Amino acid sequence: MVNFLDLIWLIPLFPLAGAVTMLLAGRRLDPQPPSEVALAPGVAAASGGNGHGDAHGHHPAAPGRFLISLIGPGTVLLSLLFSAGAVIQLAGLPEKVHEVVKYTWIPAFFFHPAGGGGARLAADFGFLLDPLSAVMILVVTVVGFLIHVYSIGYMGHEGGYYRFFGYMNLFVFFMLTLVLANNYLLLFVGWEGVGLSSYLLIGFYFHKKSAGDAGKKAFVVNRIGDAGFIMGMLLMLATFGTVRFVDVNAALAGREPETGFGVLSAIALLLFIGATGKSAQIPLFTWLPDAMEGPTPVSALIHAATMVTAGVYMVARSSALFALTPQTSFLVAAVGAATAILAASIALVQNDIKRVLAYSTVSQLGYMFLAAGVGAYWVAIFHLYTHAFFKALLFLGAGSVIHALGGEQDIRRMGGLKDKIPVTYRTMWIASLAIAGIPPLAGFFSKDEILWQTWSSPLGSKALWAVGVVTAFMTAFYMWRLMFLTFHGRPRLSEEASRHVHESPPVMTVPLVALAAGSVAAGWIGMPKIWTWFGEGFRLFEHWLAPVFAAATAHWHAHAEAHHDVSIEWALMILSVVIAAAGIALARHLYLVRPDAPEAIRQRAAPVYNVLYNKWYVDEIYDFLFVNGLAKGGGSLLSRFDAAVVDGGVNGTGWLTRFTSTLSVWWDTWVVDGSVRLIAFTVKMFSYPARLLQTGYLQSYALVILVGVAVALGYYLMR
Amino acid sequence: MPASYIPPWEDLLRVLPEIVLTVGGTIAMVLEPLLRPEKKRRLGWLALAALLVALWATAVAHVFAGPAFRAMIIVDGFATFFRALVIVVGALAVLCSLNYLERERADSGEYYALVLFSVVGQCLMAASNELIMIFIGLEISSISTYVLAGYLRDDVRNNESAIKYFLLGSFATAFLLYGIAWIYGLTGSTDLSEIRRVLANPELAPAGALVGVSAALMFVGFAFKVSAAPFQIWTPDVYQGAPAPVTAFMSAGPKAAAFAIFLRVYMTAFEPVASRWEPVVWLSALATMLVGNFAALVQNNLKRLLAYSSIAHAGYVMVAVTAHSEIGTAAAMFYLVAYAFMNVGAFAVVTHFARERERYVNVDDLAGLAQRQPVTAALFALFLLSLIGIPLTGGFFGKFYIFKAALEANLYWLTGIGLLNSALAAYYYLRIIVVMYFHEPGEAAATLAPPAPALKVALWSSAVATLVLGVFPSLVLDFAGKSATLAR
Repeated sequence: MVNFLDLIWLIPLFPLAGAVTMLLAGRRLDPQPPSEVALAPGVAAASGGNGHGDAHGHHPAAPGRFLISLIGPGTVLLSLLFSAGAVIQLAGLPEKVHEVVKYTWIPAFFFHPAGGGGARLAADFGFLLDPLSAVMILVVTVVGFLIHVYSIGYMGHEGGYYRFFGYMNLFVFFMLTLVLANNYLLLFVGWEGVGLSSYLLIGFYFHKKSAGDAGKKAFVVNRIGDAGFIMGMLLMLATFGTVRFVDVNAALAGREPETGFGVLSAIALLLFIGATGKSAQIPLFTWLPDAMEGPTPVSALIHAATMVTAGVYMVARSSALFALTPQTSFLVAAVGAATAILAASIALVQNDIKRVLAYSTVSQLGYMFLAAGVGAYWVAIFHLYTHAFFKALLFLGAGSVIHALGGEQDIRRMGGLKDKIPVTYRTMWIASLAIAGIPPLAGFFSKDEILWQTWSSPLGSKALWAVGVVTAFMTAFYMWRLMFLTFHGRPRLSEEASRHVHESPPVMTVPLVALAAGSVAAGWIGMPKIWTWFGEGFRLFEHWLAPVFAAATAHWHAHAEAHHDVSIEWALMILSVVIAAAGIALARHLYLVRPDAPEAIRQRAAPVYNVLYNKWYVDEIYDFLFVNGLAKGGGSLLSRFDAAVVDGGVNGTGWLTRFTSTLSVWWDTWVVDGSVRLIAFTVKMFSYPARLLQTGYLQSYALVILVGVAVALGYYLMR
Repeated sequence: MPASYIPPWEDLLRVLPEIVLTVGGTIAMVLEPLLRPEKKRRLGWLALAALLVALWATAVAHVFAGPAFRAMIIVDGFATFFRALVIVVGALAVLCSLNYLERERADSGEYYALVLFSVVGQCLMAASNELIMIFIGLEISSISTYVLAGYLRDDVRNNESAIKYFLLGSFATAFLLYGIAWIYGLTGSTDLSEIRRVLANPELAPAGALVGVSAALMFVGFAFKVSAAPFQIWTPDVYQGAPAPVTAFMSAGPKAAAFAIFLRVYMTAFEPVASRWEPVVWLSALATMLVGNFAALVQNNLKRLLAYSSIAHAGYVMVAVTAHSEIGTAAAMFYLVAYAFMNVGAFAVVTHFARERERYVNVDDLAGLAQRQPVTAALFALFLLSLIGIPLTGGFFGKFYIFKAALEANLYWLTGIGLLNSALAAYYYLRIIVVMYFHEPGEAAATLAPPAPALKVALWSSAVATLVLGVFPSLVLDFAGKSATLAR
């Protein structure tokens, strides 16, 4: 019998081998003139009738392509099998932890200064399999494999096919490294690596400028979070002298929770800043919706199921630390709740099918942080796990819709598709019920548990719970708005699109069905405690993760048990289901029964609508600070602002609209624009002297040096 | 020193690298008029051979580690480390220059002789333990570099670069010399250990303000050479104007050697008065990072962009200096090695891409390079990723150790701002990658010939070194850690 436990280091290496093969030899396997890479899937399919036959996924079956289609998903399948074997064997171990150290990356001797007691740094290429990483590797490999299979069909008529799979495999390699690492430094390698490969994948559509920009934005915003992560790691080294998970947890054992804001809170806060970057939380969430420029399978794998959850994983991995820092934990919960409701509110009015899903992802990630913040770490991971199924399914389904319509992404120009693409419709229907939180689908169990823990945990509060419930209502509404607009009602397709609507080939629909099965059943291993008529086996998830979070929950667990009130839990559960149903009903009413109502509401509430539609203007403000150059940012702000005003004028009827739009213009001009201008002005003020000095004249350079000398000397002579 | 002084033979072995390089440079000079123009290229190979022998000589000298010439020279791990570094940088620069000079029809022996003499100066700087020796080493290195910067005599840009570098360099060195005179007046010695002894002794120590002035004056000279703010102002103009391989050389070798003397003087002689100079270096480190990164954001000329980037990187090393601890010194040493490889590599790509008379040196010219020469583009991307500080490259560990050292020295603000700076820096490096990978090939990329073999060697060895430093950092880190304890 193979000992899979000692072979866990192989799990990331399979996809790496795939990536290396693909990127080195792929060009020879799949010769393609580079210029064809430019085409987006819709464009490729829509470019006249000649390409249309191929659109069913029966791309010219070159043997090289076949080999690529085999290697790409095949390596991930190998990882999946090895993961499954290792997890089964792990379940048999009494201690439920297995560590494999392949090689000492940085030996300890360098940081053995004579005086510094604990200042040693040893980091290994070491892998840790425990219940937490077991869940993660299974999610990554299962969902990853299904998405790889789907991509065979979706990317079938794309140029650069080998490169796509090469980058996808590379991503899976880094993601598996991230979740299997036994120390923060190696975790960080995976952390940066997934960012890098997602950057490559977003920019996959060469020549599409917005894709390149989006990739860059994602990367730079993430770097800001990473600065926090590194700083947290360094502070951790300075405090504990180690970055190995096991050693850090040992160093934390026996400490009491911090009452003020001490060094532990600082470490936790800095790590959390890193998490906000990777997992798209306030204030670093703006990159994720833009990242949807990449191909849809990329959005499904990276920006829904795996990479963006790395922050949640990291917080859960550091649970022993976060549990000792109630202030930071509260911040985590508050940021999570705020992100959840903010992103959900934006998703209410977006018209691009992928953008709705993108904001939905941000919002769901907010739920996970809310759970982690209130100390319910296993629930955060539980939601991560159920979310991976239904969100990956929603993205792949959206991809199937886009594929069917030849590149159309605007839900206002869809409608009535349910009979034309039945498999896509039915599977997405299941996923939408799941994310809305309707029992007995997966999303219900995890979301309900989050709300209950937020209500009942000593770290939670009723206010956070209320935010969560409102978000749940919004979630049900925007998902079913999307469903009704896309699949029901009168078809609003363009000539072009309606001509070639078709269901996707089996290689794409089979993964949809598999994920739909997961969206239905994945939650059944995490049933609420009050459903006593199901056995303990249906509460497997919590028991499985219990050893990992034992230290973290020890401080307040007893307290929580005492407050367990069965009738309240029942009431809250029923309330949350009613709320979800109400959201669906409202969406049905507005978009199916009275299709003219949304327009009326939009006009009556123009300022609110504009703010939501423009995503609270967060992008515009950040553009100035981080991403764009000053002038460019100003231009884009002004043009967007113009568009908003012009649109408002056209749509406006009656003086009320005009009045409200005047108000919103005023608000835009003086508050939004003003604050942006102020920031631009400040930065310009800062760079002006530097430019003034860089004249190119020798004399003025000498003068600068002289002034520098005078300052340095003056410093000593004056004091 | 009496006239009858005869140095023991160990002392000669301790300066063997300098002897080898001087002999090599002299031979190149002598052979220069005897060779026909088409054979001048051989002098390049001669220089390369001299550098390799010097590398071996460095190892020999290290076996006989110890003070030489009445402690004016000291061969310790620190000296060996920097000697090896500047020699390797010199060799990479020669590899980059071979085809460049041929292309510009300027192949001649004095170029290689000047590179060798410059390296002699840098080796001396690395091994000096006495202020006059430091000054002499600095001048040998600088004067050769001034000439190299203006090497293509009929190119206006070269002339401008050289004259600016020379005048401003002399100006700044004058302050250094003044600072040396001052400290000699205060302590009666130019020997670093002796100065330290006087400053550390409360009975002998002169007034603090006077020592501060001396430290400040010497700081001006050092800061100029490492291009730290506010004395960085010459860097963009000089780097942009000089021939690309010379810029590659200047931005790595002389800078590393200048940091070597900076570290040695401030960690030994001025170490007892660290609390006095720390605020000045702190402020300079901060300003250097900010100026370098902010200015680089808006550059379109590759050489100028990399010049500002090299200012920013000097800022990170200054953070390590500010930490003034052994870990800080080791971190700075490691960083300078990583920086040398990634930066020389990046400039090697620029050298390759620029073509005759350096026509293509704008970021936009690189459009579509990845489609035409995927390997060149991938190597360039690797250097840029390392400059950003992505894990598994040398640049990441360099930054990691520096900020670790800074944090252990309780420099919280500097660490935080430094990390944010390095986040900001990702933007301008990425722009280059985006242009290379995501834009349609332009005229410049379409007409690019494959790199010459010598340049390929330079590119690949820099790339391998960058990766090895990221995956097996302990190879270098171990030695740096052991060498960071300077003789006092």
